[in-house]
Amino acid sequence: MDAPLINWALLALDPPGWGGVLLRGFWNTLQIAVGGYSLGLLIGMFGALGKLYGGPVARDLLEVYTTVVRAVPELVLILILYYAGTDLLNQLLLTLGYGRVDISGLAAGIFVIGVVQGAYSTEVLRGAIKSIAPGQLDAGRAFGMSPRKILTRITIPAMLPFAIPGLANLWLIATKDTALLAVVGFSELTLVTRQAAGATKHYLLFFMAAGAIYLTLTLVSNVLIGFVERRSRRGFARMT
Amino acid sequence: MAHPASTMIDRAARTSLWLKPHRIALIAIAVALVASAIIFGRWDWLPNYLPRLGHGVVVTLAMLFGSAALGFLFAVPLGLAQVTGPFWLKWPAAAFCTVIRGTPLLLQLWLLYYGLGSLFPSIPGIRSSFLWPYLREAWPYGLAALTISFAAYEGEVMRGAFAGVPSGELQAGRAFGMSPFKVFRRIWLPRAVHRALPTLNGETVLQLKSTPLVATITVVDLYGVISRVRQETFLTYEPLLLLAAIYMLLTAVLVILFRYFENRIPTRGV
Repeated sequence: MDAPLINWALLALDPPGWGGVLLRGFWNTLQIAVGGYSLGLLIGMFGALGKLYGGPVARDLLEVYTTVVRAVPELVLILILYYAGTDLLNQLLLTLGYGRVDISGLAAGIFVIGVVQGAYSTEVLRGAIKSIAPGQLDAGRAFGMSPRKILTRITIPAMLPFAIPGLANLWLIATKDTALLAVVGFSELTLVTRQAAGATKHYLLFFMAAGAIYLTLTLVSNVLIGFVERRSRRGFARMT
Repeated sequence: MAHPASTMIDRAARTSLWLKPHRIALIAIAVALVASAIIFGRWDWLPNYLPRLGHGVVVTLAMLFGSAALGFLFAVPLGLAQVTGPFWLKWPAAAFCTVIRGTPLLLQLWLLYYGLGSLFPSIPGIRSSFLWPYLREAWPYGLAALTISFAAYEGEVMRGAFAGVPSGELQAGRAFGMSPFKVFRRIWLPRAVHRALPTLNGETVLQLKSTPLVATITVVDLYGVISRVRQETFLTYEPLLLLAAIYMLLTAVLVILFRYFENRIPTRGV
């Protein structure tokens, strides 16, 4: 420990400083959070529709999926999906006669976060769809709309106000869950922070800096969520 | 109404309603999958590691209940300060909850373990203090990080619970001449905890799913034992599947336990 207590030069963007490395890690974090969240929404949409309108087998399988994912720690799920998933894919490719592929950490990370998020979005979206007044869907059917048209014209727009608080919460969880990918060695923000801290021995400085970045992401997200929520509730009677 | 024969018929009817043909097929497939995992997987390592696995479960549960109990103790003042405190208590409490809830737990854990852990030895005199044997170990940092995280999330819950207690009940207490502390102890706190109980139980189950993170700072909990197994046996699937099964079991036990207590104390809708 030399003269200055905090060596700000370590956070400089150019190579002697580690700022650039941190920002690249943050970029990876963002990509995984956005990708995994979107994949989760896609899974959640199909999951919710399957749970509400699917056959008995589909319903039970989806129930197993959401229950298992919500009962097992995210860290364990990430390990299972990351190692077992890449291993299974490679074995499948080998038996089909293709060579092994190196799955990029980014793709694997998005897949893993997406599967975990999918279970939670399924529940959020299912609850939202169930809270649509049934008369609205009946009206669509009475006008002779096809099921697809009812989905895109009525179900999705009408459920959004109910779903947005839950989905916003899931986004915040997704940004923080990406940190768990550090454990499987994907160089997102938390892992590069640890590497930078280990190399320079300035642990507090780097972990605080990374914390500030995560916090900024959360606070900016909160502001945007506020806008979206207010917009989506236009025309609703004011609660409280 | 509770005629034994009628309840038995009722139960049988409910079981047959649940046990539809496709469910029997699905259960058969699930049993076949588990059986094939047991038959075709390598489980010869299991007897050797059984005592350590048991110890790991104990460490995991100790981390869970220790951090939940300590965290709740911090959550009460955090919630109270945000509802009724003067601004110099309100703002720090709100800032604490925002910062902790806005950053990943893994980062907080590493900040405490690597950051503070590297700072402590440079403080003069700390090596000779009675705290040093604990500060050299990993578990106090794990417990501290889990406690802080739980306190922040529960502080937010308790804030809502304190704010939601009808003010008439507190006024009634004051009208009877209770001191502010007595109002808090006899009315405000019990009513707030009562209201928050379902949420607190849910958060405790969530907390169980955060405990394996302490294994990343060398605390040997259930997850840590399984990581050791994976390193020593080079197996990919079997230890992880066992780990997932144990966590599912623990979650199920917690959920059933909490549901039992919730049914004994009617909390919903009050």
